[in-house]
Amino acid sequence: MAKQISVFLENKAGRLAHVTRVLGEAGINIRALSIADTSDFGILRLIVSDPDKAYEILKESGFTVSETEVIAVQVPDSPGGLAAVLEQMSEENLNIEYLYAFLGTSENNALVIFKVEDIEKARQAFTKRGIKFLDEKRLYQL
Amino acid sequence: MIYWDQEKECMPLEQLRELQLRRLKETVYRVYAFVPAYQKKMDEAGVKPDDIKTLDDLKKLPFTTKQDLRDNYPFGLFAVPMSEVVRIHSSSGTTGKPTVVGYTRKDIDIWAELMARALISAGATRHSVIQNAYGYGLFTGGLGVHYGAEKIGASVIPSSGGNTKRQIMLMQDFGTTILTCTPSYALFMYEVMKEMGIDPADLKLKAGIFGAEPWSENMRREIENNLKIDAYDIYGLSEIIGPGVAIECSYKNGLHIAEDHFIAEIIDPETGEVLEDGRQGELVITAITKEALPIIRYRTRDLTALDRTPCACGRTHVRMQKVLGRSDDMVIIRGVNVFPSMVESVLLNIPGVEPYYLLVVDRRGNLDELEVHVEVSEKIFSDEIRKLEELEDLIRRELESALGIGVKVRLVEPKSIERSEGKAKRVIDRRKI
Repeated sequence: MAKQISVFLENKAGRLAHVTRVLGEAGINIRALSIADTSDFGILRLIVSDPDKAYEILKESGFTVSETEVIAVQVPDSPGGLAAVLEQMSEENLNIEYLYAFLGTSENNALVIFKVEDIEKARQAFTKRGIKFLDEKRLYQL
Repeated sequence: MIYWDQEKECMPLEQLRELQLRRLKETVYRVYAFVPAYQKKMDEAGVKPDDIKTLDDLKKLPFTTKQDLRDNYPFGLFAVPMSEVVRIHSSSGTTGKPTVVGYTRKDIDIWAELMARALISAGATRHSVIQNAYGYGLFTGGLGVHYGAEKIGASVIPSSGGNTKRQIMLMQDFGTTILTCTPSYALFMYEVMKEMGIDPADLKLKAGIFGAEPWSENMRREIENNLKIDAYDIYGLSEIIGPGVAIECSYKNGLHIAEDHFIAEIIDPETGEVLEDGRQGELVITAITKEALPIIRYRTRDLTALDRTPCACGRTHVRMQKVLGRSDDMVIIRGVNVFPSMVESVLLNIPGVEPYYLLVVDRRGNLDELEVHVEVSEKIFSDEIRKLEELEDLIRRELESALGIGVKVRLVEPKSIERSEGKAKRVIDRRKI
């Protein structure tokens, strides 16, 4: 399990720069990010070195922030690696809300961040099927 | 025919003032005797009907506001028994309870008379084919124009609002010569005509009488050039009687207020002090011939100025400038009155939504659009786009059903809407009126 920081952003110039500047000045490193957007707004999703601190700091800076539970899955860094994981998740009827790639690797595996509908069910399924996922302490330190 | 009732419309001023004073006195006696709310307000202000000896004494009387109508919802300000009331209209259902107005048979006759004057002033005759695209129903626009048009003997097409392609077909097939609707709808009709490949010059349309929302001289030029017609401004509000309170003549240099039925004042909206002619301020109207709902010093919240210089048309009635804006934060969008407070009450009914919002009114193409900005608080924020879009959609649907017009909702970051010490700025009107 891992904590993702989600930030609401209007589609306006300089907003993303502002968020990243605030985090940078607090000494927080961004480990992974993705942006989902509509024509009016976007949601910035971040895995950072210190999520609790990031949450506090962004909140103090006036952003709408939330913490979300996600899973960082180790995916073989080879052709078909992600497909194999997704196929198994499909077999287990795990609904994925969204996913994005992590910057960097772990034990020669790529890391993919999954937001699933039922995180406990996902954890059990991964354990059963031998799909590896990182605990949060290791993830933040990568 | 230039006038519908020359004797009244061109009445010598001295005679007009005498008539106004007599009617004002009668009205004040009547409301004091028959409407407890008026009696109470006058007693509180320490003024008795006998204190009204000259027209200048009008300013001793307390103002009536939209709130008074709401407080006495629905029929509390009526001065006649319901058996005398033949028609009930209601405002476009604004904040909470709508404001309700009633008419006796005589009131309806006077209203038709006023609309007849207005139509004639805009060049209508019994040979005119008048397409009335104001909404019929509780709104006073549709039936108000309708009765006046029938009174002058014109042929009326009660097309009501909407279904623009059919409107244009009727215009072509029935040979409409005069169009009555909101100015923004007239421009929208032009857009649709273009799409349909119809040249307005091929239509028989000669004039349009446009009202129910403020519009500028620029918009008049646009309508006149596009539709190849004369465009006249008409003013009215249901609390007073409906459309026909004031109308432009062919000189289009202000709207003549029917002074034999109404007394107009301009006040400073902050202090309530009466301003001299020519100064800009809020229009206050006293209806001096209404039976069912006589109304004393009604604060219209419309900003304008009065001009008493003689008009070349021969009418002696005072002219008001085209309405310049509002002294409250109401905005009129496609003929519908929208108060920020209505938006607020909708938002507060949606769990987690905080009352930080902004109304942005703009004109895209020729139609007014309302965009409501709502700040995203932590309570309603989600890391999933779908949930935020569902929320946007929910807010939009709730607003649309409460306001009765199409709305676009935009979620914005917290604190991005300006906070102010005193009165929050709730409306940005980008229309160039």
